[in-house]
Amino acid sequence: MKIQAKIEHLLKTGLHLQHLEVINESGGHNVPEGSETHFKLVMVSSEFDNMPLLARHRKVYALLDEVLREGVHALAIHALTGREWRERHGDVPLSPPCLGGG
Amino acid sequence: MDVMEKIKQQVEGHPIVLYMKGSPQFPMCGFSSHVAQALQACGADFVHVDVLADPEIRANLPRYANWPTFPQLYINGELVGGCDIVMELYQQGELQKMVQAANSAVS
Repeated sequence: MKIQAKIEHLLKTGLHLQHLEVINESGGHNVPEGSETHFKLVMVSSEFDNMPLLARHRKVYALLDEVLREGVHALAIHALTGREWRERHGDVPLSPPCLGGG
Repeated sequence: MDVMEKIKQQVEGHPIVLYMKGSPQFPMCGFSSHVAQALQACGADFVHVDVLADPEIRANLPRYANWPTFPQLYINGELVGGCDIVMELYQQGELQKMVQAANSAVS
């Protein structure tokens, strides 16, 4: 299974999600074409209600432990509650450009 | 010294410690650069550790606070988070408060 599909599968089975976007941002980084190393994740779930940001990110990292071990290098994690998502009108920050450090 | 003990001493030895790739002046990763800039914008007095220059720290820091990626920001010995969390706190105005509290407690 491609890494991107695997990430989607792991997140969908591990979280009750109202919305999910998995975006491969590897193209902006210092890796070969077609790589699956840098991903941006946008997740909206009621499970994040009353959960501190640190705990939300830990939950996502724990679900994706396998792909992190398989070479995924960076995850931009935007884990939002339904209310936060509506307040932002579905907008999340752009990921920063790579500066080549590996 | 055991590397975990070394990390503990680092994060407890200064109120604000940023583990990053490169330095605030010459960041080697966009995520690290964002966090360093946010701290600077808050007027933070912080120390940084370049994980690219210290492979042992780079390999072991993820175990220290159970956090797999870099950068990692510590305030008062506690992990605050990586780039996304720090930027979120900065945009909410919370990072400024945390930095001010941590820096004023020392002086």
